[in-house]
Amino acid sequence: MPTSEDYKSQVPAWCPGCGNFQILSTIKQALIELGIEPWEVLVVSGIGQAGKLPHYIKCHTFNGLHGRTLPVATAAKLANHSLHVIAVAGDGDCYGEGGNHFLHTIRRNPNISLFVHNNQIYGLTKGQASPTTAEGTYTTIQPYGVLQEAMNPLAMAISQNCSFVARGFAGDQEHLKELMKAAIKHKGFALLDILQPCVTFNKINTFKWYRDRVYRLGDDYDPYNRNKAFEKSLEWGDKIPNGIFYKYEREIFEERVPAIQEKPLVRQKFSLEEVKHEIEKFY
Amino acid sequence: MSRIRGGHNFYQIRLSDQKITASREMVDILLALDLNTIEIHRKSVNEGGFILYDSEIAKKKFEEPEFIDIPFRKIALDVGKNSVMANTVAIGAALGILDLGLEALKKILIETFSRKGEEVVQNNIACAEAGYKYALTNCPKCEAFGIREPEGKRLMIITGLQAIAMGAIMSGCKFYSAYPMSPSTEIMEYLASRAEEYNLVVEQAEDEIAAINMAIGASFAGVRAMTGTSGGGFALMVEGLSLIGMTETPLVIAEMQRPGPATGFPTRTEQGDLLFVLHAGHGEFPRVIFEPGTPKQAFYLTNRAFELAEKYQIPVFILSDQYLAESEWTFEELGSEKLIYNDYRLREEDLKDVEDYKRYKFSSTGISLLAVPGEAGKHLVVADSDEHDEEGHIVEDSETRIKMVQKRLLKKLPLIKKEIEAPFLYGDPSPKIVLVGHGSTYGVIKEVVDTIPKDKKAAMLHFSQIYPFSERDRFDYIGLLENADLTICIENNATEQFAKLLRSETGFEFSHQISKYDGRPFTIENLKEELHAYI
Repeated sequence: MPTSEDYKSQVPAWCPGCGNFQILSTIKQALIELGIEPWEVLVVSGIGQAGKLPHYIKCHTFNGLHGRTLPVATAAKLANHSLHVIAVAGDGDCYGEGGNHFLHTIRRNPNISLFVHNNQIYGLTKGQASPTTAEGTYTTIQPYGVLQEAMNPLAMAISQNCSFVARGFAGDQEHLKELMKAAIKHKGFALLDILQPCVTFNKINTFKWYRDRVYRLGDDYDPYNRNKAFEKSLEWGDKIPNGIFYKYEREIFEERVPAIQEKPLVRQKFSLEEVKHEIEKFY
Repeated sequence: MSRIRGGHNFYQIRLSDQKITASREMVDILLALDLNTIEIHRKSVNEGGFILYDSEIAKKKFEEPEFIDIPFRKIALDVGKNSVMANTVAIGAALGILDLGLEALKKILIETFSRKGEEVVQNNIACAEAGYKYALTNCPKCEAFGIREPEGKRLMIITGLQAIAMGAIMSGCKFYSAYPMSPSTEIMEYLASRAEEYNLVVEQAEDEIAAINMAIGASFAGVRAMTGTSGGGFALMVEGLSLIGMTETPLVIAEMQRPGPATGFPTRTEQGDLLFVLHAGHGEFPRVIFEPGTPKQAFYLTNRAFELAEKYQIPVFILSDQYLAESEWTFEELGSEKLIYNDYRLREEDLKDVEDYKRYKFSSTGISLLAVPGEAGKHLVVADSDEHDEEGHIVEDSETRIKMVQKRLLKKLPLIKKEIEAPFLYGDPSPKIVLVGHGSTYGVIKEVVDTIPKDKKAAMLHFSQIYPFSERDRFDYIGLLENADLTICIENNATEQFAKLLRSETGFEFSHQISKYDGRPFTIENLKEELHAYI
């Protein structure tokens, strides 16, 4: 069984008090509790403060480009579906720059988990509005306040029939850990949006602001009811629900790609002998 | 050209019992299925040539001697019971005029129409036979062509795109992700059609950005991967290219050029992206560019591209253009014997003596061990788009930065250069006139060299392994150019891109340049005409 020592890496360069610290330690704890060894997991990240996460954990890592976590993660999973693949992104990374990939990865439904550190602001570039920043928020380059309505990633995912849609809060690690474990165990594409206070640039959505509002979806909540899930995903303001909003079990992408039904692509040995008759087809 | 079902569409076929390698401007037989075709192409018919048409379809009767009026439509209705078979009658008639027999056509008709049932097949064959007979009876003077099927030789027919795709399969490519874009799409279609047979994953991405990032993800995870596109799609891939440079992820990229800028001429040809592909991607990193001149070169260079991409952990381009990509060529010789396959990816058993695996470990060659994540025991594989240390983790210090630039770029460059083969010299071994080309102009330059009198001492120098330039100690092609009186660079673009590149890399300046940027390939006639001013 892995221990926290196995996942120990370098000291993070995040601001003291950042919500990312809780997310980091919760991911490690979730992996340990699931008995997943570091060499069995690939974390794919993009650019942003969230994108640095895999450097602070020990596992296979691909820290790629801003917005492009999901294409890399999907393809890595197709190449070797014996790996646990977790995509880690920020709100700007996943919902802004990578918005198109978000939509199409839902459609593909690969068996990967997507953890979005949603701090409703751009941290790495120092405080500009992200797709989830509340309308009217003032920033250095939104002097009239944000003019766009904030994006609702959960509602969007449910509308596209995403196979697992959940939201957690960095300040409620126990709950977040259970959500992470559920997302990793879920067979299919699992979105876990994580409310993460940015202590430096987001003075509105603070730890206190969230603590006053968040509540856990109760045991009587049925995540298989799509209409209810959609309704719940629209709830935002004085009360903010967290938990598993929606589940839809369907065949995963890896089960639908014929080439990898027998064994992972990466374990299929190439032999020129077996393909050389291809030339004959042109005579 | 790739019109779907509307607009004017045409196809040029050149046949000979000699080896041929280029298109001609003029045709001997124009097979016109409508009036528009006659009006557009009439001027391209050689003296002594023929125009086969149907005055009923054209709604016009031509009295000139080159016109042969064949009732395509009526024969189709009478014999095939459907006017749609007028084109089968027409092909039969063309074969009749050439007196080439109908066996090959019948085989094709059976292959093409068998899924539509026996009746459709038989009616088409009957139409072809009727067209053939009609032409033989009504065009006695047509025997002049005298072409005979070459005996004893099996010929293959293949396009540049098919050669690239087949080369990829035979090089162990297992993953191809792309977004449809003319003229590159056929690579994806071909691979998809073979996915079941060879266990390939072929994914149509949501955009070219996803396409290249998917290919990178698959390659990182341990399989040979490739992506392909045309200029506009490649523009979207450029940041991904830079990611390959930083993460040292092997990838083969096919860029099938069409005339730009922007949407340009989607179904025409140009060599306008050479310097774009060369300079694309922010930051400095090594790359190799191949630009094949024939489907045969495309096949072998694709194989070489996979070898170099994986050996040096770099991006390697197969640069081509619509002309080579979509033209069908016949060949005698394409074999698997000369193909290379070395698996540079390391698994647990390969790494048993490695105690502390580091993805970017410094080495004398700049090449680090390429482990397969999840298949390498407990070794961890960490790749980063940030500047990183040997393990792959983000760093800021200048000392590591300098060592990493030396590792992934400066140490690899001279080794890569040694792998590049010299340009191909054809014609006089000590030429006074050198016609220089790259990529798809190979065939036309070669045939034109053959038409220049021997005493003029002409040769072609053709570059297919285009960048980096090969070392001069193998073959001093710059010395050869310097010793010639006339050096003419021939390019399908407006800004003399190859000439500029050669000058910047070697200092050599061509005496003359022939540029063509009308979206059409060079033909034998128009290149000869252009050369007339100099030779």
